[in-house]
Amino acid sequence: MPWDRNQMAERAAKELEDGMYVNLGIGIPTLVANYVGAKDITLQSENGMLGMGPFPFEGEEDPDLINAGKQTITELKRTAYFDSAQSFGMIRGGKIAVAILGAMEVSEAGDLANWMIPGKLVKGMGGAMDLVAGVGRVIVVMDHTNKHGASKLLRECTLPLTGKGVVDLIITNLGVLEVGHKGLHILETAPDVSRDEIRTATEAAIV
Amino acid sequence: MKKIFANATEALDGLLRDDMLIAAGGFGLCGIPELLLQAIQDSGVKGLTFASNNAGVDNFGIGILLETRQVKKMMSSYVGENDEFMRQYLSGELEIEFNPQGTLAERMRAGGCGIPGFYTRTGVGTQVAEGKEHKDFGGVSYVLERGIFADLSIVKAWKADETGNAVFRKTARNFNPPAAMCGKVCVMEVEEIVPTGSLDPDHIHLPGIYVHRLIQGEHEKRIEQRTVQKKETA
Repeated sequence: MPWDRNQMAERAAKELEDGMYVNLGIGIPTLVANYVGAKDITLQSENGMLGMGPFPFEGEEDPDLINAGKQTITELKRTAYFDSAQSFGMIRGGKIAVAILGAMEVSEAGDLANWMIPGKLVKGMGGAMDLVAGVGRVIVVMDHTNKHGASKLLRECTLPLTGKGVVDLIITNLGVLEVGHKGLHILETAPDVSRDEIRTATEAAIV
Repeated sequence: MKKIFANATEALDGLLRDDMLIAAGGFGLCGIPELLLQAIQDSGVKGLTFASNNAGVDNFGIGILLETRQVKKMMSSYVGENDEFMRQYLSGELEIEFNPQGTLAERMRAGGCGIPGFYTRTGVGTQVAEGKEHKDFGGVSYVLERGIFADLSIVKAWKADETGNAVFRKTARNFNPPAAMCGKVCVMEVEEIVPTGSLDPDHIHLPGIYVHRLIQGEHEKRIEQRTVQKKETA
């Protein structure tokens, strides 16, 4: 059985270690926060906050307190606020240990495409290019194939890149793959998913 | 020199002209200089270029200047929460220069610090680095990005004293300090002007040297994405 969204998030949470400062993207990556358990993890929101808390209770929303997805959130005892230049300074400076992001395509060399589809509406890259270029380790969480059943793990990305050679680990509904020197390595398979099934569903070189 | 003005229109008097570059603070609708944007709409000034992370929504933020066709170009990292923006963008009436969010913030900060350019790994190997100078440091390629030197900065803070020393609140700080720094003139709107001496000097987020004109006013502070959790009923 391939993993569902929550199981992918749960698997991604295993990559986080006690004491880490982490940035979570929108979508499945956001769910990772539900599975950190007893580990001491501090979440960064790149608009200018460390120590991001959960959504507020109804009636307690604060327009001055939002996350990078512009959703209302809350602060924690450990929270610190800063401006966006300092926020991306800590990202660019390698102080954030891990970023967990969604993707449209990942290449076997770790190239990442997740910000635009030519011919479709382009809304911008936000902080994604800064994050993938700056943080210590980039983990992509996404479905292994697209709506049409085609592999999202490719020899070369076809879409405009967010970063070149930036992805370290890919967690899909079928398994966990590491970006190695000459291609992807299968580290783990989802329950009852075989390595051959992953190979068949993958265009990128698996070594 | 007195920095306090009666309202946004008076605070902008003599500062606005067609085709100028304005750096604006705010992220989404959080911490945007909503009163100054309204006064810019009222002034009718045209052909504006905005360095601003986002472009507002319909009827709020920079969105109100799009309705009146006062904006020529946006330098932003994320746009399109806004129907009128997308219409003008797709029809070619509005130019957009996409900047990675951190590069945009650093371009403002650098401009404010008198730094005309800096090298960053952000964007190397992507469209945003095309045509820009690259340089290797320790075997790693970096791209040259330029500081932003704006004609005018418009920003929003929570409180300021009469000399412009400012304090922001929570994530409403965002782009406001770097945007404030990079303009030849900076106009700041706040929720409350407090007597000089009443703010703890150790707790100032932006020193008044960056703030030339100051107004106090009522802010709507609209929420873009209201997300909540239900209280458990025991």
